[in-house]
Amino acid sequence: MTDFNETKRLSDPQLLRLGETTREPLSFLLNGRSVQALKGDTVLTALLMNQSHLRMTELDNKPRAGFCLMGACQDCWITLAGGERLRACTTFIVSGMHIKTLAGDQE
Amino acid sequence: MSQISNPESCIPVIVGAGPAGVRAAQTLVRHGLHPVVIDESAAWGGQIYRRQPKEFKRSAQQLYGFEAARAESIHQAMSEIQGQIDYRPDTLVWNAEDRQLDTLHAGVTSVTPYTHLIIATGATDLVLPFEGWTLPGVYSLGGAQVSLKFQACAIGQRVVFMGTGPLLYLVAYQYARAGAQVVAVLDTASLVDQITATPRLLNKPALFAKGVYYVAWLRTHGVPIYRSIQPIAARGEGRVTSVTWRDKQGEHTLDCDAIGFGYGLRSETQLADILGVKFQYDQAQRASIPIRDEAGRSSIAGVYLAGDGASIMGAEASELAGELAALTLLEDVDKQYLSPAAHQHLKSLKSRLAHISQFRSGLERAFPFPAHWAKQITNEVIICRCEQITAGEIRKAVTELNALDLNRVKALTRVGMGRCQARMCAAAAAEIVAACAGIQINSVSRLRGQAPIKPIPFIADAQVISSLKRGEQ
Repeated sequence: MTDFNETKRLSDPQLLRLGETTREPLSFLLNGRSVQALKGDTVLTALLMNQSHLRMTELDNKPRAGFCLMGACQDCWITLAGGERLRACTTFIVSGMHIKTLAGDQE
Repeated sequence: MSQISNPESCIPVIVGAGPAGVRAAQTLVRHGLHPVVIDESAAWGGQIYRRQPKEFKRSAQQLYGFEAARAESIHQAMSEIQGQIDYRPDTLVWNAEDRQLDTLHAGVTSVTPYTHLIIATGATDLVLPFEGWTLPGVYSLGGAQVSLKFQACAIGQRVVFMGTGPLLYLVAYQYARAGAQVVAVLDTASLVDQITATPRLLNKPALFAKGVYYVAWLRTHGVPIYRSIQPIAARGEGRVTSVTWRDKQGEHTLDCDAIGFGYGLRSETQLADILGVKFQYDQAQRASIPIRDEAGRSSIAGVYLAGDGASIMGAEASELAGELAALTLLEDVDKQYLSPAAHQHLKSLKSRLAHISQFRSGLERAFPFPAHWAKQITNEVIICRCEQITAGEIRKAVTELNALDLNRVKALTRVGMGRCQARMCAAAAAEIVAACAGIQINSVSRLRGQAPIKPIPFIADAQVISSLKRGEQ
């Protein structure tokens, strides 16, 4: 395979911004690390601009990154540090939100 | 315009605020009624005319292209009636029964009564899985479009679009226009399919011309289009890094970090289902859809169906069907109400809808369902992405446990039992059961809907339980 494949890492963003980048920036916590998003980003966008997945599956600990992006497939439910769960594609990111995307044994 | 004689006796509720819901609301308001409009989204417009968050600044032209005027017309119609309707955004209808809906807003459940209900719940992508479709980077076509429209993001740096249907070329075009790198468009339909369908598609020349334009634009901008393909796999370690497909020339692989795929749309029928509306199998859509008469009435008095949530007809037809359902509702409330002119209008809506239905049959011909999918899909492929149930497990339920009904297969395998309530897998699972058992797809029956129709938080459950207990005391 080509260089393109070899350079793609799990820590690289999945999504690519094509504009609207002058919105107000904000910070949130991703597995304890402070990262950036823009006001108006969904939680899904904010996470997938910082890594390539949203959560690990309960059954076999494989990464998932959402699928339908319109609140139908329920693939993008993520967990906040406080234990609260939310659907990433229909929730906007808020400054200071603390999101955990690792499975239990990796925390 | 005449007003209804007994408006107090009528509590109309519309579920959905896409093209059908908005036109239904506008029509009721025009005739003196004040409907409740319940919208799961944060802002009206539905999926097709979905609005970007307020922080975004793109123009309607940038967002909706050729459909900008229609989108703005829908948005404006809804904003003009804001004082006269009870609009409830961010609100999920999670259960329905005779004359009342259970809703959830901001984590709190409540009960909304109705005398008349217009269901305009829209559609999601029709998904047929392939190996690797659960990898990060693989999205539904509709999802790829939402990412661009709602978030100004491409689903990856190098995007492949795959499957079939009008949305395939539209989304590829929108991505390329917005500056994304579209590596290829892979269509399971053949060029012959698309040429054979042309006479029926010419029924709506403007829509047909747009479809031709998208394909031509992609070609002139160097986006390769492959037809008559069969998807093989998305591959990669922890995220997609390539896609493999087969055609007459053999197997091909392309590097990509994202795939958008889909095979047209499927109606969101859960609400109609739990109300007990009668369904029937629709050959063209290969799915059971709620029965409605030509005026929009369901099998239950006072319950009406409009838009893609009832049957996939597209946005233009949804507007007409929304208006038609509202006029029918008014006629049912007060037989004396509709003027001769309004009756004439109602008739013209029906005939315009019939005209569009001709065009839709052309689309089914141009982008046919991949008939061999269920036979070709290998046992290892995950069909139910929630519960991770494979094609092999479904086949085993058919061949070893003799399950021929989809609900029985669900009970035995957990296919369709997960969080999405089979929205993503029911169509594919039904195809596999039918193909494996050697029976017609219409005889495997459909999965029964259940409340809550989408996940609701436990705290909301607790509220319901405590309110039920209060009721008992």
